[in-house]
Amino acid sequence: MDAQNLIGRRIAQELRDGMLVNLGIGIPTLVANHLPPGVHVYFQSENGLLGTGPVPEQGMAHPDLTDAGGRPVTALPGACTFDSAMSFGLIRGGHLDMTVLGGLQVDEHGLLANWMIPGKMVPGMGGAMDLVSGARRVVVAMQHCAKGKSKVVERCSLPLTSIRPIDLLVTELAVFAFPDGRATLLETAPGVTVHAVRAATEAQFTVSPAVRPMSLD
Amino acid sequence: MKTIGIERAIEMIPDGASLMIGGFMAVGTPEPLIDELVRQGRRELTVIANDTAMPGVGIGKLIAAKRVRKVVASHIGLNPQTQQQMIDGTLEVELVPQGTLIERIRAGGFGLGGILTATGVGTLAEEGKRRIEVAGRPFLLELPIRADFALVNAKIADYYGNLAYALTARNFNPVIAMAADCVLVCAENIVPVGVIPPDQVVTPGPVVDYLISH
Repeated sequence: MDAQNLIGRRIAQELRDGMLVNLGIGIPTLVANHLPPGVHVYFQSENGLLGTGPVPEQGMAHPDLTDAGGRPVTALPGACTFDSAMSFGLIRGGHLDMTVLGGLQVDEHGLLANWMIPGKMVPGMGGAMDLVSGARRVVVAMQHCAKGKSKVVERCSLPLTSIRPIDLLVTELAVFAFPDGRATLLETAPGVTVHAVRAATEAQFTVSPAVRPMSLD
Repeated sequence: MKTIGIERAIEMIPDGASLMIGGFMAVGTPEPLIDELVRQGRRELTVIANDTAMPGVGIGKLIAAKRVRKVVASHIGLNPQTQQQMIDGTLEVELVPQGTLIERIRAGGFGLGGILTATGVGTLAEEGKRRIEVAGRPFLLELPIRADFALVNAKIADYYGNLAYALTARNFNPVIAMAADCVLVCAENIVPVGVIPPDQVVTPGPVVDYLISH
């Protein structure tokens, strides 16, 4: 399994039957491919769809049925559509059980930066600030390093997405939680030692007494 | 009767006007109105919308033709031309969190003096805004937005201007229809009054000023 699918598969273990979940673009979209058998969740697309299904078969795309990237999707039986005010009411109002987002940096207090690199990439925050501020549980799916540098940092150098700390960080090396605003190593990926995680991580973190191998099913 | 030809409709919009435009990555954007704005050479526009789509699609056509002076949007990441014009200094871009943008428009159309949201507290989105505490929690005061014109896309309209929308093409459309001085609607189907069941009407006819005739 490649790094991205490993992350997606681990995060899929966090899903519980009946949850309302929003998946961001990039690695988070892979979570839907690893849904454990028997678990039924509702995926929200913030452009106004709850009950998002898989990509349509060739020739079956509907121009007015799309995901938040404007790509064709399907609607599962029981799906509903609504306007953007309702969509963000679901997100901010505590109705969204979980959001899974990509990240540029996560710091040792669980703060996330994922929407701009000043002077380089200014795409806009889209719905990310609302999602991190409003979802009941925030999970970040991120590769541990970029160009050899740790993305799990002491302090975010990039502009923050929210001052609300995330709940769980899953990389291809490890799983961290942030109880009381401090990074805590919960799991290591198959074949990865705690020592190896420390060597690849800029942030200070404590190791949970119950640290264990990453659960993938 | 509220119907109007598309040429006359766009002639009402002066250079420098502010436009709210429906659509999310061009899905639910009234493309014929965009094409006519470009054709008639309208310029110096302020566009308030979720995003600027992609080059050559929806609002991306106005960006490509350099007809926009200012954009208020939540996301411009899929349109490199918007980003380039912003870097070149020819286009002003105000980025607003998506949930905040739609609520500011809603406030503008629903007669509210603003809204309070926790989104953006402690981030760059807080710059220049008032922080207000409610029950010990910090919120940002976000002010209402209105525009001179709303360009709305609907699935079905009747001749009173009652509107219903299609799937994810709804997005910003019913909200902007409340927040502009003049509301222009491009509908895929125009049906006789009474055909849309009352409980399927999303936008009430009286808020619509003009329906583009087919």
